[in-house]
Amino acid sequence: MSTGANAGAAAIEVRDLAKSFVLHNQGGAELQVLSRRTLEVHAGECVALQGRSGSGKSTLLKCLYANYRASAGSIRIGGTDVTHASPRELLRLRRETIGYVSQFLRVIPRVPALAVVAEPLLEDGPYDERAATHARQEAEQLLLRLRVPMRLWSVAPATFSGGEQQRINVARGLIRKRPVLLLDEPTASLDAENRFTVITLINEARAAGAAIVGIFHDREVRDAVATRVLDMEAA
Amino acid sequence: MSEPLLRAAGVTKRYGARTAVDEVALELWPGEVMAVVGESGSGKTTLLDCLSGRLRPDAGRVEYQTRHEGLKDLYALSEAECRLLARTDWGYVHQSPDQGLRMGVSAGANVGERLMALGARHYGRIRGEAADWLVRVEMDPLRIDESPRGFSGGMRQRLQIARNLVTRPRLVFMDEPTSGLDVSVQAKLLDLLRSLTRSLPLAAIVVTHDLAVARLLAHRMMVMKDGRAVESGLTDQVLDDPQHPYTQLLVSSVLQP
Repeated sequence: MSTGANAGAAAIEVRDLAKSFVLHNQGGAELQVLSRRTLEVHAGECVALQGRSGSGKSTLLKCLYANYRASAGSIRIGGTDVTHASPRELLRLRRETIGYVSQFLRVIPRVPALAVVAEPLLEDGPYDERAATHARQEAEQLLLRLRVPMRLWSVAPATFSGGEQQRINVARGLIRKRPVLLLDEPTASLDAENRFTVITLINEARAAGAAIVGIFHDREVRDAVATRVLDMEAA
Repeated sequence: MSEPLLRAAGVTKRYGARTAVDEVALELWPGEVMAVVGESGSGKTTLLDCLSGRLRPDAGRVEYQTRHEGLKDLYALSEAECRLLARTDWGYVHQSPDQGLRMGVSAGANVGERLMALGARHYGRIRGEAADWLVRVEMDPLRIDESPRGFSGGMRQRLQIARNLVTRPRLVFMDEPTSGLDVSVQAKLLDLLRSLTRSLPLAAIVVTHDLAVARLLAHRMMVMKDGRAVESGLTDQVLDDPQHPYTQLLVSSVLQP
């Protein structure tokens, strides 16, 4: 795992981050969602973002993934300045460094579940038969652990239930061992058994040295995975 | 590689008093797919033509990473060098397959032709490779001797893609590749394009007015309005956190099914 330039540096460093949305087509209204947010997360830590809806939890997570652009302040992840990185650097950062589990699976029509899960392991270069076989086996292992029935593996996830889609999403986000993990409600629509499996997977990733930031509404999940809680409503 | 595959700076094209493309700059790296979006008349296709050596810009520079000589100014290449690039390293997928195919010859010949232009002479091997590519674009190889005139629009478009990819280009230009097709055929073609660009891997510039196509296919996106690139970034950044008033309007105008 790459740990950035300085040994001992935090995997995620957020300084005075602000994020506002200017709605140009609605009279230029400005919504300030984050202001002066500072945060450091080290390898092996799991920080749970806490606060009522509208407090900026998802917005912070999306800024870390560079899905939203910061309005002010800085974000460094694995030594890369996310706020100033080129698209090419961001694509590499996402491929190699940041795993992200969003709340909903954005499905790709016609791609079978197994391939959706295996894909992150095959993004580094041209198609290679051995890498593809390895990726498929890893995906099978994860789908077995997450109790996704085998008859669904060859089916595109568009028609899956919410819980099944979420497990595909979790598997896709965790299959590649990356030093930073961002989790947006990874257990929201899961039953107790699968919730427990996801808790185990998250804790395994943390034990392997991942720095994790997540939103976990379920108190039981939060208590089981978080090493620290960040109150988004505190100044 | 520390230099991009394609680099454009200050690209400008005027038609009389109207500026169709106004000082556009971009860099595309190997394996990256970039969508160029905007409404009709925004300059997307003119930009694509300038980038692909089909239309000399009035100002600015387009450079391409040649296999042996590094970045070279596209409009300083000889005509022969340009033709060779277009036949080997590049592909161009037209909106209408009838423009990109030769309708008078068989499906197999449409695919094999580009190999022959590269010097392939062994008939059996050319035919074998053509059949192989028909399979890769999910066409029945038994139809290899048929004329594309008897094919549906979706099949013709897939044939055009096979014709372009058979020489393993590094960069493909696509002008609205799915817009003339039924929605169900579109999804199939998009999925095919997505898996081909990722497995080869292939860099592409895709002109489209369809944001869903951009979301599915492209890593990066550029939004054009009145000839200018008003916003660019990662596809999900531009779609989920649009900054420019025009991009915000474009994104909010899409009906979510």
